[in-house]
Amino acid sequence: MFDLLTSKFENLFYKIRNKGKLSSSDLDDALREIKLALLEADVNFKVVKEFLENVKTKAIGEKILESLTPYQQVVKIVNEEIKGMLGSTSSGIVFAPKGPTIIMTVGLQGTGKTSSVIKLANFLGSKFQKKVSIVAADIYRPAAVLQLEDMAKNIAVDVYSESNSDPVSISAKGVELFKKSGSDVIIIDTAGRLHIDEKMMKEIVDIRSKVNPHQIFLVLDAMTGQEAVNIASTFNQKVECDGIILTKLDSDTRGGAALSVYYVVKKPIKFISSGERIEDFDIFYPDRIASRILGMGDILTLVEKVEKVVSEKEAKILEEKIYKNELNFEDFVGQLRSIKKMGSLDKIFSMLPIANKNKIFKKINLDDSYISRIEAIINSMTVEERRKPHIINGSRRKRIARGSGSPVSEVNKLLLQFSKTRQMMKQFSGQKGKFNLPTGNL
Amino acid sequence: MLRLIKNLNNIWNKFKNDHKSFWDELEEQMVASDISINTTGKILAEVKKHVYSENINDIEKIKALLKEQIIEILKPDGGGGLKISPAPPTVFLIVGVNGTGKTTSVAKLASMFKGKGKKVLISAADTYRSAAVEQIQHYAEKLDLDIVYHQKFSDPGAVVYDSLEKAKARGIDLVIIDTAGRMQTSYNLMEELKKIKKVIMKRIDREVDEILLVIDSTTGQNARNQAELFNNSLNLTGIILTKIDSTSRGGIVLTIKNDLSIPIKLFTDGEKLDNIHYFDPVEFTESIFS
Repeated sequence: MFDLLTSKFENLFYKIRNKGKLSSSDLDDALREIKLALLEADVNFKVVKEFLENVKTKAIGEKILESLTPYQQVVKIVNEEIKGMLGSTSSGIVFAPKGPTIIMTVGLQGTGKTSSVIKLANFLGSKFQKKVSIVAADIYRPAAVLQLEDMAKNIAVDVYSESNSDPVSISAKGVELFKKSGSDVIIIDTAGRLHIDEKMMKEIVDIRSKVNPHQIFLVLDAMTGQEAVNIASTFNQKVECDGIILTKLDSDTRGGAALSVYYVVKKPIKFISSGERIEDFDIFYPDRIASRILGMGDILTLVEKVEKVVSEKEAKILEEKIYKNELNFEDFVGQLRSIKKMGSLDKIFSMLPIANKNKIFKKINLDDSYISRIEAIINSMTVEERRKPHIINGSRRKRIARGSGSPVSEVNKLLLQFSKTRQMMKQFSGQKGKFNLPTGNL
Repeated sequence: MLRLIKNLNNIWNKFKNDHKSFWDELEEQMVASDISINTTGKILAEVKKHVYSENINDIEKIKALLKEQIIEILKPDGGGGLKISPAPPTVFLIVGVNGTGKTTSVAKLASMFKGKGKKVLISAADTYRSAAVEQIQHYAEKLDLDIVYHQKFSDPGAVVYDSLEKAKARGIDLVIIDTAGRMQTSYNLMEELKKIKKVIMKRIDREVDEILLVIDSTTGQNARNQAELFNNSLNLTGIILTKIDSTSRGGIVLTIKNDLSIPIKLFTDGEKLDNIHYFDPVEFTESIFS
């Protein structure tokens, strides 16, 4: 997500960095590049205008042209402005002080409401140990209720549905029922609707006044274009949304809609959804995305993902090895398996700040069968070879290739990548094994 | 509906005083319709060329020039319309990212061709999404159409194979294949589509008659990535632009056509089954300015 924006800013700042000092026309060039990057990223043009004015005023106010470190200054200003656009803190979810928390999701057709409801239910259940129930209020799309029930079964969540009734009374009855049955959270899944469809918009207004949800989330497709702002403001006007669930971030979308929506309706993005799996759902952290845009990668999210799948003890041992540069293929294959647990490879690599620059990683087709192929190669090594990779010479390489059914070039590639990874890991591990950003003089 | 130039008259006054601010404003409106910066630049460069070489000073003429440029981009390079094979069954493969309206478009297409007296079979090859089969089944029942489906998570290639066998046996005219939504960046799922395409080609012994990418008109610049990557994998024959009943802009189709030469073949504009229409570049462009 946000990849292009990241790489554009990177290129831009590389250009400026080499100059040392910034001229007035450099600043204009920089601002023009930022403008194009933001527009191509689907940031609303009105937002872009305001954003650039702010950056320019600040750049001039802080006299960066006279500064000896204009690069750092522009980065700082742009970073601050983007953070301002995205809201400064992550707000997550607010539970009702008493009784069950009632949540309603709304949005256009096809944004991923039903999937988000299931993912949210799973998230609240597993992260907050809440008993979650769902009310199926989409009576329009054929088989929508069935889809919800089918997915809810997988996460053992109850669904209330009713045929031959209207969404308002279904919602009221469902909420009543789950209140009595002791649910902690009740989520109402509404039908997709166009924000300009008066009749359908009235329906969610009616549901809202009937059941008084504590939180209303607008589900927004991260690939939405310039219209995102109007969609968000109309829904917000009608039902006063508390926040946004941003979906489909696993695509290569630049996701500028996220920036504009926050900027215009001042409602925080609460959650992001980024994949087909139920676990591909998380709280939105504005700081992390802002640093991503500036080319620093989304390292914090990655660290958290790693923490989820690697036990502390394992991590300690590994850290030690990385620090001493003793990482071997046995650890490597173990790591690959952990990575598999974290989600798809390309997603993980996209979080790394260097992933965009390092050609070696760009060339790999980051699909998951890649891991299986690597595993096959490593499994064809002897125990000694796995522990001391440096002993793998030409004839050993040939044997490993034959044994794993892959060409020698694949084996060579893996060995090269392995040594690169070792270097990279070493870079990441600063003192005391804390992850450190290889940001150079940023 | 795309309504990019609705304020052209409002900004016209600027032209008299300050050309630059008129062009800037026009550019902004085009970008606000999700037309990419590059395509906008290309269109405006052509228009400006005429305006200044011919000393044009009339808003209606500038509008006409804009229309001309847009139609020039949108008009298909070959013939328009959908390809119908002389050797039935004709096969349409419908693909796209999640939530763009593939299944609904399949139902609408089926309804359109049934209305023309064709025998249509729906191939429910979305075996992944919960209740996708039930959704399309609902439409098949409503339209009284043949449908072929397998169990959830079964191989979509097998569904397609089966559909084509049954189509041949039953003398079907048109097979429309509904596939699961997938992100264009998902390597494995794109490979799966390639495999489906191979299965079809092997059974019918020719290219697939239509491979149509469904694009949601509220999508921004990412729609171009979608078109490019789906096209790389499948060689698309056209685009179905959905949900243009919203206030969305759909301007990205100009960029898709301009950069990738993929024609827009159909558009959909409502919840009813007959809300599907052939895309006409001239009509579409006129509607932008109306």
